[in-house]
Amino acid sequence: MVFPCTLAVAFLWQSPGRLVSLAPSDILIIAIYFVMVLGIGVYLRRYANTSNDFFMAGREMTAWVAGLSFLSANLGAIELMGWAASTYQYGILAAHFYWIAAFPSMVFLGLVMMPFYYLSKTHSVPGYLQLRYGESARALSGISFAFMTILMSGINMYAMAIVMKVVLGWNIHFSIWVSSLTVAVYVALGGLYSAIFNEVLQFFLIWLGALIIPILGMIEVGGWGGLKARIFQQVHSNDYVHLWSTLGTFSGNPMGVHWTGIVFGLGGAIACGYWTTDFLVVQRAMAAKDLRSAQLAPIIASYFKMVVPLIVILPGLLGLAVLPFKLVPESAMQPGLHSYNEVLPLMLARYAGPGLLGLGITALIAGFMSGMAGNVSAFATVWTYDIYQPYIKKGMSDAHYVRIGRWCTLIGVFLSIGTAYFVTNFKSIMDYMQALVGFFISPLFGTVLIGMVWKRATPKGGFWGLLAGTASSMAMYIAVKIHPAWIRYVALSPDAKDMAENVYRALWSLLICVVVTVVVSLFTKPKTEEQLSGLTWGATMFPKNEHLPFWKTPLFWAAGVAIFFGILQWMFW
Amino acid sequence: MRERHHMLPVWFFIGLLLTTYGVIILITSIVDWSQPSQAILAQYHPSLWGGIILLLIGSFYVLKFRPRRSSGNGGK
Repeated sequence: MVFPCTLAVAFLWQSPGRLVSLAPSDILIIAIYFVMVLGIGVYLRRYANTSNDFFMAGREMTAWVAGLSFLSANLGAIELMGWAASTYQYGILAAHFYWIAAFPSMVFLGLVMMPFYYLSKTHSVPGYLQLRYGESARALSGISFAFMTILMSGINMYAMAIVMKVVLGWNIHFSIWVSSLTVAVYVALGGLYSAIFNEVLQFFLIWLGALIIPILGMIEVGGWGGLKARIFQQVHSNDYVHLWSTLGTFSGNPMGVHWTGIVFGLGGAIACGYWTTDFLVVQRAMAAKDLRSAQLAPIIASYFKMVVPLIVILPGLLGLAVLPFKLVPESAMQPGLHSYNEVLPLMLARYAGPGLLGLGITALIAGFMSGMAGNVSAFATVWTYDIYQPYIKKGMSDAHYVRIGRWCTLIGVFLSIGTAYFVTNFKSIMDYMQALVGFFISPLFGTVLIGMVWKRATPKGGFWGLLAGTASSMAMYIAVKIHPAWIRYVALSPDAKDMAENVYRALWSLLICVVVTVVVSLFTKPKTEEQLSGLTWGATMFPKNEHLPFWKTPLFWAAGVAIFFGILQWMFW
Repeated sequence: MRERHHMLPVWFFIGLLLTTYGVIILITSIVDWSQPSQAILAQYHPSLWGGIILLLIGSFYVLKFRPRRSSGNGGK
């Protein structure tokens, strides 16, 4: 195979300034991963012949496969490196992005929204908008989604190349091209089947590769009590280990945010927007074999999401406690210093010897590649179904659209590579993503939700609401970039910091979207009851779960995760 | 996943990969036994434990989801 050879060449090319050195066994482990994912792509090629197979994985996933894939599509570069870095910077407050940002939104998707997505038999979220609001809302969301996925994929790629350069000394161009071409090949061959298989595979690799950090880390510091004591020694504050008790004021916590921003902005707008309307993740649940599995998928994912902090947040806290040097923001980087974004690989290198180090690095590469695969597979679906089919070439054969899907995958990867080269200047990966989420995703949540629960919402209301929400979000972002002092208006306090601005901006854009949708709807013509069948509450017949024992229903599992969530908040209050 | 087309389940591929990794890491830890790495807490031989865990999980999945001719449905 060519990839083991190229990886071996990369091994020989490792620059002396790298963070870790790989042993031959580590290189072998990485090489086997590449062979495996390509092999899976080749194997799945024979099953991805129709558009239903290629774009929707045949709609035959079990709740577990769909659920793990749903979660893993989000465990890309930004999740792993970005949140470990944010934890080093902000402390355990970063865990809010796993807990309050996971439980309400994923459960809401499963219980309330998924039935409409699934029963409408749509292929995508923009596809639902077309059914509910008409072509203009679909075009707006389809184009913005295609744009966003390519941007995200490019960011992912760029982040991976930087990590590989810093950690292993690999050439940036080498990392970008090898990983992206591998993703291009396996997604173009197997479509969503390939993406989902590799996401589930990556879920295992991430856990098994990264668990060494919390286990040995907690042994080193002597448990949670020892960790808190060491962090206090380092930062002379207890703010880094409390979730809620420091959120009474903007100035009282390292993130510069108020609890209202966390609850309503993060839990209500950003998280609900992301988990319920970002087609990248929703596509995985839509690929489930029946409605119950589709509903259970995000709920199963929410349990796992709540324990992901073990391998992301805890390593960040451990880094704060045990690293013998201070990490610095990206903007303050100088030779000889390490940035926040390096905390996860630094901790991995601290504890993992030959073999386990290779597994940990493979897990990171798998995380990056699966994030990229998720983006390009969702891009190919939305481009083919929501842009190409309705606006460019209608009424072609199924085989034609599958062929277009394969080409879109390749084009998506090349556009991502272009974006990766373009994205070189932003201070924190996460802030950039939050800005994007605020622009497109939070208003979209408003539009989709109103469409599902309010029969009176009209096509014009949906379109103008979505446009107003997105435009207002961009306007707020640009305003604060031009006049930083205006953060006091967007985030309600002069003490607010970047993260606070993100959560409040998302909240305002959601509210603006909702208000505009409602007002415009009241003055325009609604759809008839028949046209709304299967799309809106009150006009849809739901299949009954009466024959199922209670413990197999989505509601039972949702109640379980609510209790789990409550316990976690209480433990780390 | 449902094997409508006699497709091998994803769990089988996971098993294959983890078993292979388990063997590699186990062998590495045994070969390097007398000269532990510079990593912190290397005296606990985490590679040995990691290798064993990977091997156990991997072989469980391989055995449970291996292709079986008689059922013809990928082991489910």
